[in-house]
Amino acid sequence: MVRLASRLHFYIPVLLAFTLWEAASQAGLIDESVFPSLSSVLVGFVRLLTNNNLLMHAGISIFRQMSGFLLAAGIGIAAGILMATSGWARFAIEPIIRLTYPLPKSALIPLFILWLGIGDASKIGAIFLGALLPVVLSTYNSARGVNVALVWSAWSLGTPRWQVPWKVVLPAAMPEIVSGLRISLALSFTLLVSAEFLISQEGLGYLISQLGENGDYPGMFAAVLAVTVIGVAADRSFLALGNRVLRWTEQ
Amino acid sequence: MAFLEIQDVRKSYVTGQGEPFIAVDGIDLTIEQGEFISLVGPSGCGKSTLLHMIGGFVPCTEGAIRVDGVAVQQPGPDRGIVFQHFALFPWKTVRGNVEYGLVERGMPRAERRQTAQRFIDMVGLSGFEDSFPSRLSGGMQQRVAIARMLACEPSILLMDEPFGALDAQTRKIMQEELRALWHQFGKTVVFVTHDVREAVFLSQRVVVMSTRPGRIKAIVETGLGPGASRALIDEKADKLWDMLRDEVVRAMAAERSKA
Repeated sequence: MVRLASRLHFYIPVLLAFTLWEAASQAGLIDESVFPSLSSVLVGFVRLLTNNNLLMHAGISIFRQMSGFLLAAGIGIAAGILMATSGWARFAIEPIIRLTYPLPKSALIPLFILWLGIGDASKIGAIFLGALLPVVLSTYNSARGVNVALVWSAWSLGTPRWQVPWKVVLPAAMPEIVSGLRISLALSFTLLVSAEFLISQEGLGYLISQLGENGDYPGMFAAVLAVTVIGVAADRSFLALGNRVLRWTEQ
Repeated sequence: MAFLEIQDVRKSYVTGQGEPFIAVDGIDLTIEQGEFISLVGPSGCGKSTLLHMIGGFVPCTEGAIRVDGVAVQQPGPDRGIVFQHFALFPWKTVRGNVEYGLVERGMPRAERRQTAQRFIDMVGLSGFEDSFPSRLSGGMQQRVAIARMLACEPSILLMDEPFGALDAQTRKIMQEELRALWHQFGKTVVFVTHDVREAVFLSQRVVVMSTRPGRIKAIVETGLGPGASRALIDEKADKLWDMLRDEVVRAMAAERSKA
């Protein structure tokens, strides 16, 4: 009951903003032609569901985002652990990571389209690359700082050296890996929509740009709302999962 | 042949500033099976380094360390270690930590549970099997570390200032319990501390080390039985402290001149 109350508490400002938005629209304070009212956006949302195959577009977008994100998570964690535990991997990977970090990954989307075509592969590639670096860096930075006494303890308890990276370093670095993953998750949605804006036949980004071009602003707002809801749901789910994995950090 | 032989061991390395540094030099020490021996000395005398070399975590630069006639090359479950800051696996429960070495040894699940439980009970943590280390006090965490080490049945226990991070009262209790455990098991213990009284209370022999480079200054037999009176322990500790005091002062002066 208390938990439910505190959750509702969290959403009060959002509800308030929505109410203000609708009230201002009804009062004619905002121009309906460029900023549709909440009610017309919701009507647009239902229309997208029935006429524009919203669920299909959402499904495709989620597939691309998840593929890119999971790929980035898996490869990023492995690369970060490798860099922290092997001098050669650090020598080979670190300069590339450091120098490409400031590069806006969305700038590479046209190249991905050139190489991988206009289908899923180019979107997944762009999302993967954009989400990769925060995972690598957070994994590397925390894995590098793992207490040597933990590694020594494992050795003396019979863990062979080559197994230490995933038996000790990975779980010890998990708290910071989880925060890196969360940043990557948010980035993956940014990359998804940018890639679908640029060139695509389907997906929520495509839907937003199509509806915008056709002047269907309530529909466009509804599609943006759909992306937002999916992004928030993904973030909240990730947070819950992260708390579950990191149960041991609770004091 | 002694059980643990340390023969003319030297450890030197190059510091971050590129200067050669001799951590310990000319260490000759033989330790009998079942003996409780302490290493005391000022900070920087290399007592922990020596312990880490026995553990096989860092190699000797010169000389050799042999356990039962076999040269130490790497860490192994025959030499268990406990660190000052416990070094528990924080993502594992108490049971998970104590079972860790048993899993590595390939012990079947049921037997593993039973063995771990025996050691958890032994260190007085029954009821905390499913707690994570972050929920436990320092003293309790160090008990888990001791249980985790004992579960692997090492022949030598290496203890690196194990009670240094505990409050004074907890430390006293832990000292008494460790002494009782040692009387019960008769394992060989190499115990590093800078607390002279702790060393006297626990050990049969105390190795006093000098600093820069770390060498053995004296080896003192405590000659105290389990029923030794407080007065006798204090008297022995005072004598040892007289021996150590000059070293500590010298070490502090060296530290100051460096700064």
